[in-house]
Amino acid sequence: MTSKQTLIVIGNGMVGHKFIELMVSKQATDQYNLITFCEESRVAYDRVNLSGYFSGKTAADLSLVEPGFYQDNNVQIYIGDKVTAIRPSEKIVVSAQGKEIAYDKLVLATGSYPFVPPITGKDAPGTFVYRTIDDLEAMEAYAQNCKTGVVVGGGLLGLECANALKNMGLDTHVVEFAPRLMPVQIDDLGGNVLKSKIEELGVQVHVSKNTTEIVSADGKITKMTFADGTELATDMIVFSAGIRPRDELARGCGLAIGDRGGIVVNDYCQTSDPDIYAIGECALYNQRIYGLVAPGYQMAEVAADQLTQSADSCFTGADMSTKLKLLGVDVASFGDNFGRTEGAKEIAVNDSVKGIYKKLVLNADGTRLLGGILVGDAADYGTLLQFTQNDIALPPHPEDLLLPPREGQPAGMGVDSFPDTAQICSCNNVTKGDLITAIHEQELTDIGSIKKCTAAGTGCGGCVPLVTTIMKSEMKKMGLTVKNHLCEHFAYSRQELYHLVRFHKIKTFSDLLKQFGTGLGCEVCKPAVTSMLAATWNDHILDQPHAGLQDTNDRFLANIQKDGTYSVIPRVPGGEITPDKLIVLGEVAKEFGLYTKITGAQRVDLFGARLEQLPDIWRRLIDAGFESGHAYGKALRTVKSCVGSTWCRYGVQDSVGFAIELELRYRGLRSPHKLKSAVSGCTRECAEAQGKDFGIIATENGWNVYVCGNGGMKPQHGVLLASDIDKETVIKYLDRFLIFYIRTADKLERTATWFTKLEGGINYLQDVIIHDSLGICDELEAQMAHLVDTYQCEWKAAIENPEKLQLFRSFVNSNAVDNNLAYVEERNQKRPATVEEKKVLSAIAQ
Amino acid sequence: MVQAVSTPQQTAVQDWVDVCALADIFPNTGVCALVQDKQVAIYRVQIDDQDQVYALDNFDPFSQANVLSRGILGDRQGVLKVASPIYKQNFSLETGQCLDNDEVSVPTYAIQVVEGRVQVSIA
Ligand code: SRM
Ligand SMILES: Cc1cc2nc3c(=O)[nH]c(=O)nc-3n(C[C@H](O)[C@H](O)[C@H](O)COP(=O)(O)OP(=O)(O)OC[C@H]3O[C@@H](n4cnc5c(N)ncnc54)[C@H](O)[C@@H]3O)c2cc1C
Ligand code: SF4
Ligand code: FES
Repeated sequence: MTSKQTLIVIGNGMVGHKFIELMVSKQATDQYNLITFCEESRVAYDRVNLSGYFSGKTAADLSLVEPGFYQDNNVQIYIGDKVTAIRPSEKIVVSAQGKEIAYDKLVLATGSYPFVPPITGKDAPGTFVYRTIDDLEAMEAYAQNCKTGVVVGGGLLGLECANALKNMGLDTHVVEFAPRLMPVQIDDLGGNVLKSKIEELGVQVHVSKNTTEIVSADGKITKMTFADGTELATDMIVFSAGIRPRDELARGCGLAIGDRGGIVVNDYCQTSDPDIYAIGECALYNQRIYGLVAPGYQMAEVAADQLTQSADSCFTGADMSTKLKLLGVDVASFGDNFGRTEGAKEIAVNDSVKGIYKKLVLNADGTRLLGGILVGDAADYGTLLQFTQNDIALPPHPEDLLLPPREGQPAGMGVDSFPDTAQICSCNNVTKGDLITAIHEQELTDIGSIKKCTAAGTGCGGCVPLVTTIMKSEMKKMGLTVKNHLCEHFAYSRQELYHLVRFHKIKTFSDLLKQFGTGLGCEVCKPAVTSMLAATWNDHILDQPHAGLQDTNDRFLANIQKDGTYSVIPRVPGGEITPDKLIVLGEVAKEFGLYTKITGAQRVDLFGARLEQLPDIWRRLIDAGFESGHAYGKALRTVKSCVGSTWCRYGVQDSVGFAIELELRYRGLRSPHKLKSAVSGCTRECAEAQGKDFGIIATENGWNVYVCGNGGMKPQHGVLLASDIDKETVIKYLDRFLIFYIRTADKLERTATWFTKLEGGINYLQDVIIHDSLGICDELEAQMAHLVDTYQCEWKAAIENPEKLQLFRSFVNSNAVDNNLAYVEERNQKRPATVEEKKVLSAIAQ
Repeated sequence: MVQAVSTPQQTAVQDWVDVCALADIFPNTGVCALVQDKQVAIYRVQIDDQDQVYALDNFDPFSQANVLSRGILGDRQGVLKVASPIYKQNFSLETGQCLDNDEVSVPTYAIQVVEGRVQVSIA
């Protein structure tokens, strides 16, 4: 009965936890008492996505452990307790908290630690490493009081860390010892492209810099000095200069250790003591440490197979290919990236205009792909990697693989050409065959269920595009259509419907429903379709056929409030308003008893208007020269401005004038979601143009245009589309950009979200908008010209039309006022009464 | 052709109140009528040029505001429904049942169209 052996796992990181999960799934708890020591204060979490902590993920989100996993499976875990010694002769481990436990088998999964170069001052307050959640918490707290941050080390992790610093709002620098960034993965040319792209994003890169000292004053870091005599002022420093295996326990008990560290293991992940295994980043296999999680998982699998005698697998080394988005720049490196194989040949494209570098390494006769490097555009990574890993014969002109497809599919790259054995997800070892079987047998038709059933795509996520392509291709073979339907009434995506509307010249919702839909429609498809119709034909939105299709805001041309009344926001182009107009707003508010507030977008909101009051209010406003502000619509809202060269001593251009011009041009433009813009008069950027769907910043020589920024729920900085261009060009590009977005975005998708999904990113967008790569720019401009020419103030049209006015009544059979409305006074204005206050008010009234 | 489809057929006890002409309501929209101090949301649904009318209470239990007449009409798996304009819960036009929360429903009222006039009874 007590024949169970004891198996202790030291380290509860990604690999240690994976090992235990595998053991549990192999029912090894019948054979072993499983015990694990976890030095950190929390159980295993997703270190690969550690940086997600800075973009809103909590420690709980990152956790890899299902709640209750250890208890439910009878695995004893000692959290916050570190093993301090192993005594192999007695087969005992000793912990910091004084536990002494005997083992039969031992697994070391102690990971690695960040290397900090021996620089004077390296331990000063304000220096950090980037490895654990605790590290990040400490960094975050300290950064509150910092303006500048430096990352020492320009490798993969260093750049990820730089991104984190930048997102915290720090002026960010990267210092690299080698003459280029990511020296392990990419070559000099690639490094140059990467450097200039990263610098464009506002992170300063210093290469060939050997840090000699970190200087502090009053307990705070002030600067760092370099061997070449230069220096750099900073408030904090993060070291990311490589990792070193945590082999201290193994050294202490006499296990074999590599010359440069690492616990030596054989093909079965066994150390020099057959009862002790080592897996993950602490293990040295074939003179090599694998600093990635996928090889660690493979080792965990091998060790688990060995310890349960369930399979005779062995570790034979692993692929170190990587693909990452570093600060928004795609970088990938795979196989024999430096062409070290005998007779290897290279083909490369170095496009410094677009900031793209691609290199393929071929075998001597040019028939096989050995490896490659991609910077700036890594869309083909998945496919190229397949050629290498599966030894697939290359198409006759391998150079075609590097050039962007001018028409249709790139040469010979279809997923269909991969063998079923092709490994698609390297993190979880899922092959194309596994995916196809799962897709067919379990009828999987969305990426979410594929992840759930096969685990593909649940690691680094790098394979998701390829998995999606395979899914779509298989679904097509099964005669299924790929779903991203608008709703139950239309089996089409927004983009598809938009094309149908334009192609078939459909002008009403009911026609579209009759021809391409089912049922009666709903609150999802009706407004979405109406927006498409408006962006194509620009009819008045209260015209009969459209009336019942609109959200209440669009239907009544005002924003509904919590008590069912509406707000009124007239347009104030660029935020510029005369005293007389301000007085009118005040007068109207007083006359109709409205609450007033300056909005967050440089205009005035009047709240508490009842339906039947809206036309009278607007008549007054229109007489005074106001027009609808479209605050109710998925349409252009405002173009904010800063005061610019007219008054500001730094302004270099008339930002107010340009903002007004743009707002008047695009006013009323209906789009998949609302559109916001701003124009700043100089780089100080007081109008916050980089947080807008399109933003313009004045320069000495013209204007810089940023697109796809967002404030709101998930702020995102805009990306630079073009710089130093004149007004006419700005307008030309914006016309094209806006219509392209309207045509291709999904419903309720702001430009920022649309952009993050746009394959090829800013380069692709620049190709389409600036270089007219799709040959559609004339058409885009013509569509915008039509919309600009047919603009009408919706409120003016409404109050001039008795049929439309009929809508604006609280009751169809009475002029009474909704008796459920009640207000109390606060800060000298009215506000809706709460439910409790309403009770009190009605008691008083009786 | 106008067809009055709705709960109880006209009976002697019912106290019908004339509210408006059917033509006062745009097809596939709602209006609100004040019937003996009660706010009634009245909907005109047009399917293949056939009109159907429905009456629900105008009070939206979720937002506590009188707004249901201003929601978008449509169907969910064939069930005719209106979506509240404030927080978008759906209610069946036939039964008043909230389709997003089993525990909530709103009152329905008898409604008919007689010679082009819409009549409601809240008795
Ligand atoms: C009135 C105002 C707040 C204020 O008192 O200042 C406001 C009020 C509302 N905002 Fe806003 N937003 C207002 C400026 C902003 C700003 C600032 C700006 O425009 O410079 C932002 C962040 C910038 C941005 O959008 O990128 C903003 C981000 C949002 C969001 C989040 C959008 C996102 O992409 O994450 C929503 C929700 C949505 O649209 O889905 C929202 C939604 C709303 C709604 C429509 C919510 C609702 O459905 O009731 C509010 C309408 C109230 C009304 O009746 O007017 N509001 N809202 C501001 C009106 C500006 C105007 O003059 O038109
Ligand atoms: C910011 C960041 C980004 C990364 N991005 C990627 C990526 O994109 N792709 C990729 O493949 N890899 C990435 N990695 C690397 C990846 O996280 C590691 O390869 C992986 O975590 C290794 O797992 P491990 O279990 O070997 O080590 P770890 O996850 O480090 O776990 C080791 C654990 O053992 C504990 N331990 C050590 N000694 C003891 C002891 N004596 N007693 C008790 N406990 C002990 C440690 O505290 C630690 O919790 C990234 C790493 C970082 C830091
Ligand atoms: S932040 Fe929220 S509460 Fe404030 S106005 Fe915007 S939507 Fe309304
Ligand atoms: S390759 Fe990393 S999740 Fe699939």
